Amino acid sequence: MNYIADLFNTFIGTLVDVAPIVLILAVFQYGVLKKQVPALKVKAIGLFYVILGLSLFLLGLEKALFPLGELMASQLTAYEFIQASSNGAIDWTSYYWVYLFAFCIGFSTTIAEPSLLAVAIKANQVSGGVIGLWGLRLSVALGVAVGITIGVYRIVVGDPIHYYIITGYILVVIQTNFAPKHIIPLAYDSGGVTTSTVTVPLVAALGLGLASTIEGRSPLIDGFGLIAFASLCPIISVMAYAQTIEYISKKVNTGA
Amino acid sequence: MLASAKDLLPIVIVISFFQLVVLQQPMPNYFEIITGLLMVVTGLTFFVFGLEKALFPLGESMANAFARKGSVFWLVMFAFFLGFGTTIAEPALIAVAAKAGEIAAKAGVIEQTAESIEQYAFGLRLTVALSVGFAIILGVIRILKGWPIQRVIIIGYIIVVIMTYFAPKEIIGIAYDSGGVTTSTITVPLVTALGVGLASAIKGRNPMLDGFGLIAFASLLPMIFVMAYGMIY
Repeated sequence: MNYIADLFNTFIGTLVDVAPIVLILAVFQYGVLKKQVPALKVKAIGLFYVILGLSLFLLGLEKALFPLGELMASQLTAYEFIQASSNGAIDWTSYYWVYLFAFCIGFSTTIAEPSLLAVAIKANQVSGGVIGLWGLRLSVALGVAVGITIGVYRIVVGDPIHYYIITGYILVVIQTNFAPKHIIPLAYDSGGVTTSTVTVPLVAALGLGLASTIEGRSPLIDGFGLIAFASLCPIISVMAYAQTIEYISKKVNTGA
Repeated sequence: MLASAKDLLPIVIVISFFQLVVLQQPMPNYFEIITGLLMVVTGLTFFVFGLEKALFPLGESMANAFARKGSVFWLVMFAFFLGFGTTIAEPALIAVAAKAGEIAAKAGVIEQTAESIEQYAFGLRLTVALSVGFAIILGVIRILKGWPIQRVIIIGYIIVVIMTYFAPKEIIGIAYDSGGVTTSTITVPLVTALGVGLASAIKGRNPMLDGFGLIAFASLLPMIFVMAYGMIY
């Protein structure tokens, strides 16, 4: 019974979030374009499925994964745990479990991210299957995993964030010159789509947990910035993915 | 359904591994976790189904209709409202803006009262939503003109780097993060379909080269706008 009430509440919440979007679409469709929506019934049902699906998805995450994941992030970053897993003095190497957790959680939440799935489906259609669903998703997930691990390391050692981000930008600019042209817009996009419903809450818990247990870090200032890494690194990894594919196919063509 | 279950498998493995092996604690409330996981899998399946039935065709048919109508003014208006409207209500943004208000109050940028914090947070939300609106406009104009995306993005990066040196320190982390949190699960498919639809409808544009990239602008412009907000405030 409780579940049904919860589901209803989440459904209403999602509906409220979606309402302005539907309103804008409707105003432009009927007010400006002055056209009927083709197959309106199918689209209305489809939209209903989207909202219902998102509600179920969010509620399920809240029930099952978020409490455990957030608790885990705070336990792994707790002072006692770090002390127990290091022999002697605590330095940046004592946090190895945290790095591993950051990497794994970044990777696994990105694979489950619905908006990345949407973009991968579209890219697969547009490219006529050249860009594989899993190739794109895996390389984005790997990028997020590396990004969050670097971000966690930055919080541990306390470096200013912009040195890292600017280095990342320089890498992106250099890679842009060498990467296959068709992947560039998609790579830039993949930075933005990675971080939404699944990744943000867990990653935020990790960042805030770390920043509040390490001496000299302020959770309000240092706890932020993980998302920035998770948006930057996939750009690099997606271009690297395309470069690797191109390199291999060239080698096969010329070598064989 | 099976595909959705596969998408979720990595999280389950990671969480179980850390719970059982690293932290060495038993799994709490099995029942809750299993029902929750079932809901996530069903939800993802519904979402993908609705995506292909509603969000993709809707975005593409509207992009097509705008291209045929040939009015740049209305297309730009649509782009702006789509970006602004989907961002202003974004829950992740509301959360980040509230946190940013606390930071600003602690740093002494604004007064330590609930009212001024709220005002600051709302101003920030408005700033980000405006920036996403302008980002979609910029992206649409890029598709119309056929500019190569890297030139626009690199100019954006240079602006971000220069502004980082002048913006107050407290705002930088939030500004960098705000680029990532703006794009929600419903916005991404719609905006992607809009871009791809436009690029396919306009002669001489390639959907792969020109259709993607709208989200990239929606992640870049908020950084610039939020740093500007921090400097002006």
